[in-house]
Amino acid sequence: MDLVFFAQDCINGVLMGLIYGLVALGLTLIFGVLKVINFAHGSFIMVGMYVSYWAVTLTGLHPYLALGIIVPAMFLFGYWIQNLLIRPIFIAERDVREPITVIVVTTGMWYVLDNLALLVFGPDYRALSPNPLKGQMLNFGEIFISVPKLYGAAAAVATAGLLFWFLQKTRMGRAIRATSLDRDAASLMGINQWKIFNIAMGIGTAVAGVAGAVLTPFYNVYPTVGIPFDVKSFVIVVLGGLGSIWGALVGGVIIGLVESIGPIFMTSTWTEAIVYGLFLLVLFVKPSGLFGQKHDW
Amino acid sequence: MPLLDVKDVNVAYGDVQVLYDLSISVEEGEVVSIIGGNGAGKSTLLRTISGLLSPASGTIDFNGVGTHDMAPDGVVNTGLIQVPEGRRLFSLMTVKDNLMAGAHNEAAYAAREETLREVYEMFPRLEERQSQLAMTLSGGEQQMVAIGRGLMAKPKLLMLDEPSLGLAPVLIKEIFQTIRSIADKGLTVLLVEQDVNHSLELSERGYVLEHGRIAMQGKAEKLLVDPYIKEAYLGI
Ligand SMILES: Nc1ncnc2c1ncn2[C@@H]1O[C@H](COP(=O)(O)OP(=O)(O)OP(=O)(O)O)[C@@H](O)[C@H]1O
Ligand SMILES: [Mg+2]
Repeated sequence: MDLVFFAQDCINGVLMGLIYGLVALGLTLIFGVLKVINFAHGSFIMVGMYVSYWAVTLTGLHPYLALGIIVPAMFLFGYWIQNLLIRPIFIAERDVREPITVIVVTTGMWYVLDNLALLVFGPDYRALSPNPLKGQMLNFGEIFISVPKLYGAAAAVATAGLLFWFLQKTRMGRAIRATSLDRDAASLMGINQWKIFNIAMGIGTAVAGVAGAVLTPFYNVYPTVGIPFDVKSFVIVVLGGLGSIWGALVGGVIIGLVESIGPIFMTSTWTEAIVYGLFLLVLFVKPSGLFGQKHDW
Repeated sequence: MPLLDVKDVNVAYGDVQVLYDLSISVEEGEVVSIIGGNGAGKSTLLRTISGLLSPASGTIDFNGVGTHDMAPDGVVNTGLIQVPEGRRLFSLMTVKDNLMAGAHNEAAYAAREETLREVYEMFPRLEERQSQLAMTLSGGEQQMVAIGRGLMAKPKLLMLDEPSLGLAPVLIKEIFQTIRSIADKGLTVLLVEQDVNHSLELSERGYVLEHGRIAMQGKAEKLLVDPYIKEAYLGI
């Protein structure tokens, strides 16, 4: 009996962990290229969830089919934010590789976006509808698997794989990697740094949109929904290694497992403590994260 | 009209002026050296030509087009390509990806497979190591990648900033031979060097840059025997 519970918790932990990884993926990508911590990342997840919510509500599409609307909309949103709000700072602080002002601006974006959501959509908790995945379970003997989480985990792996392929194998991906490694050298190869920053931010935001579509079938949408995801994303990205795609998934699974298995042995306040303990331990012992290098792409 | 025409350029980092009313020119098919000691402003000049810095005043024309107000990618599109000081490879990318990153501009991208074959013919060692990360190469091999990456951009004029920096004497010889053979294929070369002997030997003309100003210029063989240069740069 105990073993069944344990297996159940492990499966839940891995599935939810992969989804956490997906949530953190955009943050790690944007950091990898712009070398800027996007403090508004949680708000991007929130925006992704509202965009998913409305895309499904207005069209009646399956949330995964609605990705066809969500992904381009979020890409344009990220591209536009970088081009209008962040680029001017990079230009003004041309000699600074990682301008602090950008952190101030992204923090400002966090407040503005969350409050804008409150203003426009109100404080209500909204559940997705129509929701074809609502409460669906697969059942193997005594083990139950949540279908929306299973789909979400699969989407996380697929998104990471697609992103990895894009960065490794395409012309634009190569230009993005080159820019992330050496901006000036990339410029000397005729790569337009600003265009790359816009596109990287667009892609990172589009991935936040995928996370939004994955979350809404089992997670309510409300204006501050991004905050817990924001905090988790930072922990995950530091665990896995800033800028590392696969590190984000591994970091996510670690957090997912601690959260799901932990409560068997201790109260859930302690699992939080373990999560932050791990976070500090990695910072002390291996600040570059579990996936050692500056980047794995 | 020269292929590259830099006229009365003034460049400053903030309040610190580094280049003063500097003029140089390069004719099509020429190999021209710019020599000068540490801090003379050589790299600053090349960074300005490439559009990484903008001159406070003065003009830069390449192939009849004003490039002084262009961004770096615009300059690359005109065919003016720089191999930067210290190689500046994309350390965590493979040799092949580094070379391919060089072929980013449209014209170069269309011809990338063919150019890659030429680069591999020139540096067979790079083909053997094409899937190795650039950071794992020796200094000499890294310089080959840096030059190869520049060639991948299909330059009309190739600027090299201290290609001999940090290399052993045998490798220095090899690198200069490579540059000469690139020039013999008809490519125009602007070479920035502290190795005065080697660079002037393979050049047609030279400029001596001191404290941000052109102190001397002329035919390379004249400069090589000039008493001032002998004393100041060759230690004879
Ligand atoms: N980013 C910068 N900010 C401020 N000053 C700079 C900067 N880069 C270079 N300088 C200054 O400009 C002057 C010229 O530097 P530059 O790098 O052009 O010299 P160089 O001739 O290439 O020297 P080297 O042979 O050592 O490479 C030096 O005095 C240097 O200190
Ligand atoms: Mg220099």
